[in-house]
Formats: sequence, C-alpha cells, structure tokens
Amino acid sequence: MRPYAGAGGNAAIATVNTTGKRVSYTMDSTLDSVNRTEELADKLAQESGFDEDDRQRIALAVREAAVNAVYHGNHYDPEKEITVTFESGESGLIVTVRDQGTGMVPDEVPDPLAPENLLRGSGRGVFLMRAFMDEVRFRIVDPGTEVTLVKRRGAATDHKEA
Amino acid sequence: MTMKASTRQVDGVTIVDLSGRITLGEGSVILRDTIRDLLGKSQKKILLNLGDVSYIDSSGIGELVSAYTTVRNQGGDLRLLNLTKKVHDLLQITKLYTVFDVKDDETSAVKAFSTAG
Repeated sequence: MRPYAGAGGNAAIATVNTTGKRVSYTMDSTLDSVNRTEELADKLAQESGFDEDDRQRIALAVREAAVNAVYHGNHYDPEKEITVTFESGESGLIVTVRDQGTGMVPDEVPDPLAPENLLRGSGRGVFLMRAFMDEVRFRIVDPGTEVTLVKRRGAATDHKEA
Repeated sequence: MTMKASTRQVDGVTIVDLSGRITLGEGSVILRDTIRDLLGKSQKKILLNLGDVSYIDSSGIGELVSAYTTVRNQGGDLRLLNLTKKVHDLLQITKLYTVFDVKDDETSAVKAFSTAG
C-alpha cells in the first residue's frame, strides 16, 4: 500500500464539512487490500467519533466498495490498482474508492430484495452500501468507476432499505 | 480472524460449528467446501451454528444462500442456529431472515429436522 501520489484533484463531492483529515492510498487488486481498506475505514470511523454500530456499518460498506473495485472492477488484475481516499471531519466521513476497470452501472444490478432475486448468490454489495451509508454515489471515470460513500455524524440511517 | 468449521452429529443432524468471518475469499470457500463434503457423504440435514461468526459480508451472505439452495435442491434441509446481533440484522435487512429457518436453541433446532419430515 502506498500513499496516493496521483494528480487529478479531489474527485469526491463534499457534502459534509471535512476540514479535518484527508488520506489516500493506492493498493494492489488483492483481497489483502480489501481487508486493509476495511481496517482503515474502521479506524477512521472510530477516530471520527462514530459509535460501535456505525463503525461496523461504515466498515462493511467500505469493504463492499473495495470488493467491487478489486473483484468486479479490476478483476484482480495485478496491473491495476485501487485508490481509496478517506476524508474525516467534525460532521462526518467521506470515503471514495476508485478502480481501473471498465466501469460499473449500479442501476443494472437487480434489486436483491425482489422475491425473484432473494435466493441469488450475489448482488447485495451495493444494496448494503446504500443501507449503511447516508449517501452512495457512483461515477464512471476514465478508466474505471469511483464510488463515494458519505456518513454524517448523528444522521439516522439505521437499516434503511433501498 | 479466519473462519473455522467443525462438524458433529446429533440425532442424524450434522451441526456445523462456524467461527470467525464469512467473507469473500477463505471464509466463503471453507463454507462452500464444507457443504459440498457433507452432501457428498449424503449428510443432508445441516444445521449451521453461527454463534461464533463475528462478521459476514455480502459474499458470505451469498454463500449462505447458495448453501441453502444447494442443500434443498438435493432434497436436504439447511437451518441456522445462534445468530449474533450483527448477522441477524444483516439477514433482516436483506429479507433473508424469512427465507432461513433460524433457531436459537440447539435441541429444538435438531428436533425440528425430524418433525419437518
């Protein structure tokens, strides 16, 4: 894992005031990177003052975004990397996860709550991100997909069903 | 913490005691292999004890669903035992709590296999 050295400015659309800490990492397209990203999310969420329940929700949502980037986006390609950016401040946490894949259109993922999809073995990652975060936005970049996850402190988002 | 799985027999029911994390990668693979081995030995009454499962991601949820459908398609039955609050909440929001037969007492869970026929 390396500190993010790329240019290109801040791709996240700041919807919370994050005047505090901003850190970026580029990582290989591996499961280790997924686990590391999840650990970082949990640590940053704790430092940002989120309670235990919210920390777990944030960590899981960020893990799902990292899985999408490494697995569905980059297909574990050793030539491709993911970039994860954490911005934390008094009012919340913004996490962006960017891959170098061909671009993902989340609206094409079938609704996992539809009766005909309940027994599918996959397709719940985006749903869990939306259930556990206050905002989830996808953006096609060149190359790849960037997902922005926003969690505001004090927002009541418990187990909303997308 | 990586996932561990051990099996034991109680009154014709195979109880799989799982511990750790069921996530993309090792955890999901261990669960899949365990179910495959049991079905290969015609052990089709399976009770997954999730009491020591600390964490499940969407891949792990998918693996649970796949295990359920695989066992049912082969004429067996798969039930869940001892959900932690985290796992319970995940199954609730994904509407899978209504799909799985979930018990919190091992004796009654084992008994339910025989009464279900």
